[in-house]
Amino acid sequence: MDTAIAVKPAPRIGHDVVASARAEWFAIVAWRVGIVVVGLSLWEAVSGTLVKPFWISSPSAIWAQLLAWYDSGDLWMHIEVTMTETVLGFVFGALSGIGVGLTLGLNKRLAAVLDPFIIAFYSLPKIALAPLFILWFGVGLLSKVVLATFVVFFLVFYNTYAGTLAVEQELVDVLRLMGATRWQIVRKAILPSVLLWIFTGMKISVPYALIGAVVGEMMASNRGLGYLIQASAGQYDTAGVFAALFVLTIIATGLHEILKQSEKSVLRWKEDSV
Amino acid sequence: MTPLIEYRGIARRFTTRRGTVTACENVDLTVNQGEFLAIVGPSGCGKSTLLNMAAGLLQPSAGAVFYRGAPVLEPNTRVGYMTQRDTLLPWRSVEDNVALGLELRGQERATRLRTAHDWLHRMGLKGFETAYPAQLSGGMRRRVSMARTLAYEPETILMDEPFGALDAQLRLVMHDELLKLWTATQTTMVFVTHDLTEAITLADRVAVFSARPGRIRAIETVDLPRPRDVFRIRFDPQFGALHDKLWGYLEESVRSSAMVA
Repeated sequence: MDTAIAVKPAPRIGHDVVASARAEWFAIVAWRVGIVVVGLSLWEAVSGTLVKPFWISSPSAIWAQLLAWYDSGDLWMHIEVTMTETVLGFVFGALSGIGVGLTLGLNKRLAAVLDPFIIAFYSLPKIALAPLFILWFGVGLLSKVVLATFVVFFLVFYNTYAGTLAVEQELVDVLRLMGATRWQIVRKAILPSVLLWIFTGMKISVPYALIGAVVGEMMASNRGLGYLIQASAGQYDTAGVFAALFVLTIIATGLHEILKQSEKSVLRWKEDSV
Repeated sequence: MTPLIEYRGIARRFTTRRGTVTACENVDLTVNQGEFLAIVGPSGCGKSTLLNMAAGLLQPSAGAVFYRGAPVLEPNTRVGYMTQRDTLLPWRSVEDNVALGLELRGQERATRLRTAHDWLHRMGLKGFETAYPAQLSGGMRRRVSMARTLAYEPETILMDEPFGALDAQLRLVMHDELLKLWTATQTTMVFVTHDLTEAITLADRVAVFSARPGRIRAIETVDLPRPRDVFRIRFDPQFGALHDKLWGYLEESVRSSAMVA
């Protein structure tokens, strides 16, 4: 046991170490840039020579399409619609998922009763509900928000619930012996321990919130990035499809990064999560 | 002396996939108020089981455990329990872990942190107040656990091999601290160890257990005067005689359990 490292030494690193770390980092970035440049160049070169632009478009055409959307103001409008649906769905889904997950986690009886229903709903591919939601809530914003909420809810709920079951009994016992009330045990042992699971659930559900919104848009709507993909494909506009996908990728990466940063600040105690 | 904890006709069996294991049986043992009792025995003889019962975390299969005359049927909030396993809350800094018991009693943060810092200082952990448990070595975490158990001053303290992870020198320092504290507070101590020297150094009485199923082989009173010099007491001839006698009881069990292992 004593072989564990006592305490991380204060960062007293020599200049050469810092310099070599920086050089290493630059090398990695250089490689990444290289991959992008080579990839895009190949794509541009192949398009119109080996493969018809109809199938794969080309980086320059995609860029031109993005600029055109940007100039007309359509780009922001579509992004705003999709983002609104995603964020609302994520927030509602996460909040309700945490709430229901904790409620069931702390009421074993209720959880035992509801277990088969939960499994049934969890196993259902949530996207399959999209037509139903569109029927119920129309082609506007609401049906997409509901779909995204539903998808996120189950992921966050399930993780939260599993987290409450994984709380170490020994930690709970420590508090019980110290005379903690039920509420103190929940607040000081169960919640902090579940927090890690909640974050995991939220992190994996971010891309799914986006999927919910986009799939909903693709099925029935007249705005949003999903609509843009669907409409472009309908007009055999490959550049349009790629341009919309490009924007989606950037949004998804951005969301993931935001969540990663907030997790780092909340779970400071967990060395490995960094 | 008033009996504080009484084990009456205790047996505890565990059901495993390979069948029923009897951890201990026929245990009759009384812990008096203000006493320092050490329980010594080979590993797996149900020593921890007995502590779990006094803490109310485990019910006996036969017999009953009484605390102040009342059967222990639920978690016993009068005891502080330092288990063998590390149970520090990983998301809390060292100081907030040590102050936990006081926090649950509603003590103000500044006050309880002052107490926590005092204890950390005594445990030789000054400068680690705001570290997280994951940043400490195993031995340091044990000392934080100890500070946490002592800081809220429970009426009785149960300790399950608290110093097993410490090196020999540090262990002596901790013995010294523990005895000073015990003398000052007259807290009742039940101290489980497999180290006979440690048991004799610290305790008023030593109970020797046999290998599984654990039974009491002997209970001896340690007549060494207090205050004891933990650094030198083992060289006392009286200490040596007692050690020899108790080792006689222990040896047979240790040999037989070594054969099994």
